[in-house]
Amino acid sequence: MLEKGWIGGGNTGRNTTIIRSNYLWDESAAIYEHAMKLWEGLSQELNFNLMFSQRGVLTLAHSEHELREMRRRVEAIRLNGIDSDVLTPDEIKRLVPIMDTSPNLRYPVMGGFIQRRGGTARHDAVAWGYARAADARGVDIIQNCAVTGFRIDQGTVRGVETTRGPIRASKVACVVAGHAGVVAEMAGFRLPVTSRPLQALVSEPIKPILDVVIMSNAVHMYVSQSDKGEMVLGAGTDSYNSYTQRGSMTVIEGMLAAAVELFPCLSRLSMLRSWGGIVDTCPDASPIISRTPVRNLYFNCGWGTGGFKATPGSGHVFADLVARDEPNAIAAPFSLDRFVGGYLIDEHGAAGVAH
Amino acid sequence: MLLINCPWCGPRDDAEFHYGGEAHILRPANPSALSDEEFAEYLFLQQNPRGLHLERWCHSDGCRRWFNMVRDTATNRILEVYPMGELPSSQSGLAAWRNNWRRNSAAERNARNRVE
Repeated sequence: MLEKGWIGGGNTGRNTTIIRSNYLWDESAAIYEHAMKLWEGLSQELNFNLMFSQRGVLTLAHSEHELREMRRRVEAIRLNGIDSDVLTPDEIKRLVPIMDTSPNLRYPVMGGFIQRRGGTARHDAVAWGYARAADARGVDIIQNCAVTGFRIDQGTVRGVETTRGPIRASKVACVVAGHAGVVAEMAGFRLPVTSRPLQALVSEPIKPILDVVIMSNAVHMYVSQSDKGEMVLGAGTDSYNSYTQRGSMTVIEGMLAAAVELFPCLSRLSMLRSWGGIVDTCPDASPIISRTPVRNLYFNCGWGTGGFKATPGSGHVFADLVARDEPNAIAAPFSLDRFVGGYLIDEHGAAGVAH
Repeated sequence: MLLINCPWCGPRDDAEFHYGGEAHILRPANPSALSDEEFAEYLFLQQNPRGLHLERWCHSDGCRRWFNMVRDTATNRILEVYPMGELPSSQSGLAAWRNNWRRNSAAERNARNRVE
């Protein structure tokens, strides 16, 4: 396993740690719910405390139309056997007393829906837990070693070139977030992804005030409180492509304005850090788990603004694809050829992050 | 935050602008002549370089006019701003236009045949 920087230094350590499986389409439900079920036993399996907390993920609706659309999505989710409930503003107020649910807001809370099995996990612990478990099973983890090219012979991959010398391999699997297109270009093909910065912030730690993850697509913010007490807030992506790992202040300002309107008690809170990660987003906001035009070279990428929640499921079906050279039922819909065949899995609505 | 030099209004914050994606994409004149692969390439593949990117912007909260821009996506440095329908005037911008795979794509050849 080759890592350009250090384990967990990329988007694994930059996300807002939210886990949920409440997507609209059957194909998405299959992979995200597969991941959710693996999350539920993962701390035991890795023997590492991932601080997985199923505190519930509540998504707000701020208009009649959004509420109707939400009810439709909730029914679709339930038909896939995944828990999901619509809540009234009163129920939301009881669940989250610090939220302003009065009708006086510019975008009042009209309702919401909750996945109670959703929640958060400590993202760094996920990287460390997996790394330790992989290492125990004999995987060599080489950090500070960037892949600079592929050895390709007659359309079949034979290994990689790295900053620390070449490595031969009969199969190569690429799991890169933020630079998947750049890596694909090294192998001589193109990916339908655009790369943009996505930002997040954490506040100074405070006493527990919020025990649910809150998301709002309309006013655009998502917030949870970490076990350390920090408020973890996520913003949207910049509107333009960039690899700079820093986003626009306007995006942060817009998100904080929404957060303070919904949670007036946050207005005096100091933000400790803000940062950006580059997200590779596909035209349909669904990922790519696929064989590539190069034989024995596999890509797992394009998770856009939400790959962390899928970590165990994504890795599980990808390992199966690499081992058998054939996607299983969960991975197959996410093949690259969907962009030629036209069977897109449009999850822009359920992605929950503006992009 | 970008400081974008609108050709008509001068330097303004990027919050006043709307990003319009990749510039210089020609719509195929006869799409049914393209294979599914070729049309997918036109429809779904976008330039996503780590480096010079030729892109469209609209000064939506200002003069509301469109223009093109060359920007380095690795640094966000803006090399030049130039009118719609024209090519970059800088050497490196022009090279980025010329070395783009889209220039040889079936969709663009299809579009040019109609134009020429």
